[in-house]
Amino acid sequence: MNGQARGGYQSGVAVTVRNDTWWISPLLTFLGFSTFIIYSTWSALQGNHYYYGSYLSPFYSPLIFINPYAVGSAPVEHAWLGAYPSWWPTFIPQSPAFLILAFPGAFRFTCYYYRKAYYRSFALTPPGCAVNPLPRRDYRGETFLLLFQNLHRYALYFALLFIVILYYDAFRAFVRDGRWGVGVGSLVLLLNATFLACYTLGCHSWRHLVGGRLDCFSCDSLSKKRYRIWQRVTFLNERHQLFAWISLFWVGFSDLYVRLVSMGVWRDFSTWGN
Amino acid sequence: MTVRAILVIARLNGRIQDSPLQKIMKRNFKIWRGDKNGGQFVDYRTNIEPGMVVLDVLHRIQAESAGDLACRWNCKAGKCGSCSMEINGKPRLSCMTRMNSFKEDETITLQPLKTFPIMRDLVTDVSWNYRQKEKIVPFRPKPRDADGNYRMTRDDVERIQEFRKCIECYLCQDVCHVLRDQGGKDQFVGPRFMIYLASLEMHPLDTADRIPAIRKEYGSGFCNITKCCTEVCPEHINITDNGIIPLKERVVDRYFDPVMWVKRKIFGV
Repeated sequence: MNGQARGGYQSGVAVTVRNDTWWISPLLTFLGFSTFIIYSTWSALQGNHYYYGSYLSPFYSPLIFINPYAVGSAPVEHAWLGAYPSWWPTFIPQSPAFLILAFPGAFRFTCYYYRKAYYRSFALTPPGCAVNPLPRRDYRGETFLLLFQNLHRYALYFALLFIVILYYDAFRAFVRDGRWGVGVGSLVLLLNATFLACYTLGCHSWRHLVGGRLDCFSCDSLSKKRYRIWQRVTFLNERHQLFAWISLFWVGFSDLYVRLVSMGVWRDFSTWGN
Repeated sequence: MTVRAILVIARLNGRIQDSPLQKIMKRNFKIWRGDKNGGQFVDYRTNIEPGMVVLDVLHRIQAESAGDLACRWNCKAGKCGSCSMEINGKPRLSCMTRMNSFKEDETITLQPLKTFPIMRDLVTDVSWNYRQKEKIVPFRPKPRDADGNYRMTRDDVERIQEFRKCIECYLCQDVCHVLRDQGGKDQFVGPRFMIYLASLEMHPLDTADRIPAIRKEYGSGFCNITKCCTEVCPEHINITDNGIIPLKERVVDRYFDPVMWVKRKIFGV
């Protein structure tokens, strides 16, 4: 016998015997996430054009402080704490998005689906199934530096709060100057809150907390109720990846929509006629 | 008019073409031959008939040109888990991989499972898995009811029935990069045994506490949930979402969640 690698397996990053297009999925994931990260960071740093009529960009909600002099900013009474205080450090951008994006960001970063996606697409551990990973001297998984992934449920608690806030924003988008109405933007924001709710309520940690942690679903009346909830959450959980992508795309699109309408690039068709 | 008659008329009208695989054709194979000391790929060419699976091809090659070709098989029905191997780089059961799933001109590469030591040709030594199972605290049921029976409702056991579909083919163990590429066999028991643990931990009658061992000895933290185990499972068990992640969440309950810690201290649950 000659000296071919044992079993015919070669070493090297991303080397595989597979002859299908396994690399398309991690590549698209890489491009999709990169695009979103670049756009959302750029948009968050702008601090302007996040408000139009009664539409508030989801990247900027809730408004903690606002700069009322920025173009396309919300009225100052919409902010929880009013205008930026005079002591605000100059090196921190006066953008309301800057104060809140860490919370949904943490939820997505520690999400079990996103972990799969970026471990494959960005960390190459592994890039695909039966494809050689990036070599590591001492693989520790999520037991050492990545131990913080275990705090996903705390990011979930904030994400649940954001769902309430975004639905509030969506319903406010149906009222302008005291008059009920509907615009394309109202529907965009309502869909945004709904997609985010479907994503958040399909979370693995949520599924565990509502009932998955029980061993006996029939032992008492509360367990039976939790079982019914667990079944419904399981329905969403089975579509977690789908809603992760839809909600990611739509939240970015919602921000872009409000921004372009605020800049006058797009016209918002609405019953208010402006 | 019967469906059969409609098909015959459609075929006569030229609307339905016979599949190219309805006829016998020659196909090329590249099979790894060797043992623990080394080996090489050997090329084979043989006839393929309609309905054949990869395991049939191996048997034909054995009969025609390589009587000493070693491969493990038993049921030929996807239920015994014996004929696991890597087919064109993917961990699969050879008895469930149909030849018409490949392109006509495709050379089919067959290799032994990468994760386990090679015995000969396509046969590997999977006994490491048996040692992992021995490490796991077995089912420990609570006492029977006063009438001598155990009682469970369907809702309680439905969830763990999925895990009992496992045929122990070890394809999930083979594809798990922790075991396959990261040298983690001393730290992680692998996805097959994580779902075995899930079936025990979620059992309504079981009383044993395996959570500390799931974190330490069985190494739940080494899984980075890239879901390859789920992708290759021939029984379509949702290993990651329904088995491993729920166990990881139970470990979080015990070791990483301060609210759960306070709740346990106050209410004892």
